[in-house]
Amino acid sequence: MKKLINEVDNVVDEMLEGMVAAYPQYIRRLDGLDVVVRAGGSKGKVALVSGGGSGHEPAHGGYVGKGMLDGAVAGAVFTSPTPDQVYEAIKAADGGKGVLLVIKNYTGDVMNFEMAADMARDEGIEVEQVITADDVAVENSTWTTGRRGIAGTIFVHKIAGACAEAGGSLADVKRVAEKVIENVRSMGMAVDACTVPAAGKPSFDLAEDEIEIGIGIHGEPGVNREKIGTVNEIADKLLDKIFAEGIYNSGDEVAVMVNGMGGTPLMELFIANKHVKEVLDSKGIKIAKTLVGNYMTSLDMEGFSITLLKVDDELKKLLEAPADTPAFVQV
Amino acid sequence: MSTKVYDCLKQIGEKIIENKDFLTDLDREIGDADHGVNMARGFQAVIEKVDPEDADIGNVLKKTGMTLLSTVGGASGPLYGTAYMEAAKVFAGKTEVGGEDFKAALEAAIAGIQKRGKAVKGEKTMLDALMPATDVFSEKIAGGASLVEALDAACTAAAEGVEFTKTIAATKGRASYLGDRSIGHQDPGATSLTMTLETIRDFLKE
Repeated sequence: MKKLINEVDNVVDEMLEGMVAAYPQYIRRLDGLDVVVRAGGSKGKVALVSGGGSGHEPAHGGYVGKGMLDGAVAGAVFTSPTPDQVYEAIKAADGGKGVLLVIKNYTGDVMNFEMAADMARDEGIEVEQVITADDVAVENSTWTTGRRGIAGTIFVHKIAGACAEAGGSLADVKRVAEKVIENVRSMGMAVDACTVPAAGKPSFDLAEDEIEIGIGIHGEPGVNREKIGTVNEIADKLLDKIFAEGIYNSGDEVAVMVNGMGGTPLMELFIANKHVKEVLDSKGIKIAKTLVGNYMTSLDMEGFSITLLKVDDELKKLLEAPADTPAFVQV
Repeated sequence: MSTKVYDCLKQIGEKIIENKDFLTDLDREIGDADHGVNMARGFQAVIEKVDPEDADIGNVLKKTGMTLLSTVGGASGPLYGTAYMEAAKVFAGKTEVGGEDFKAALEAAIAGIQKRGKAVKGEKTMLDALMPATDVFSEKIAGGASLVEALDAACTAAAEGVEFTKTIAATKGRASYLGDRSIGHQDPGATSLTMTLETIRDFLKE
């Protein structure tokens, strides 16, 4: 394993220190905890708290700031944070108007965040939650844990965050977050696996000419392994699965995210996006906004995901609202 | 007697830490390659934080559960944390382990895990080791077996449960994303659970 780290055990702590050192105008770290909250606090507004395992940077700490999150909890690499940490984040982020938890759908995340929510409610804090589950690679059935929350979660942060910033009530903020969740779908692939520092070796092995389709963002293997093709062919496969949902039709308007997994050059993401636009154009689907970059990564994984969000006037307006955070600035 | 329950937990911790890479490798096949790492981190904290002199088994188990809850993370943290905290309620104020209490603690742990994880038997989880082990344990105790004899039989059932997890697809947890591709691999949680029971048996035999 070759990594730019000091001690395997200290990666999350040192990352958070470096993040806070870079962006003191946006975030501060709670003493002794792996939690960052807005430097100026969140008084008088509904607070959004998200988080999950580390290794997805800039998610989620990078999205703490005006117009997006109020607090983010960082677990160990690819490991859900513990309930005590989430609880402290809720307490610190609460500005008196209630807290919405944005949870990615993983067994551990849901259990830990729910335990924390129970603890916070015992203290009299109003807490609601939404669970993102945008990954179409995973079948949504009673036979699985349900779909995973991946890059589409960032659209929830952006849109629900804008609603909260505009003075929306906890019920309003939850409603728009759920509207995003209903209309957002993603699918990803990997050219190469990632290496968790503590594990020291890649999380799965791919031959020189193989790719993994339908990967998650935690180094878990995907749903299908196959020979590599052109990026257009690969993007088509991801898009086909997303279109099969039947949500995105001619005349609709969508926001697009072409998300890098951490080890993918932007050049390749832009090439992928060129094709995504061609496909959407050919289907008569209008593009309201496009994001290309590393928004929800998987350490050093090489690969990308495509996310589509169908927007109406309400979502479009909130998507276009200003945001000012370490990883997402929009004037 | 007073240091006994801590000593047992320390041995469980050492066993988990010793098998950190093995458990992580099992998880790498069907999950996210962190079970051993997370459990080892949790038990290292248990070994450091639990008072070795505390004779109250309930206290020690409760402290163990809370420590696991706040250090393990993932799904295993809440599940093992809940299991120990539920078992702690059975042993509150007690300094001796008897067969009936042990049975009640196993049952309480199962109920806690099921409530938190919403899983049933046959979903390729730790319950596939813990539930058959508890059934066998209860039968043996009802038949007049000693604690160690009953635990011996329970460990065999748990190990068989681990083998059984190889034959089924996961429908809970991260391995469920793999569908039938999870068949052929043993469940890491069932494995660490079996290690836990085996360590308790070996400890009580000594």
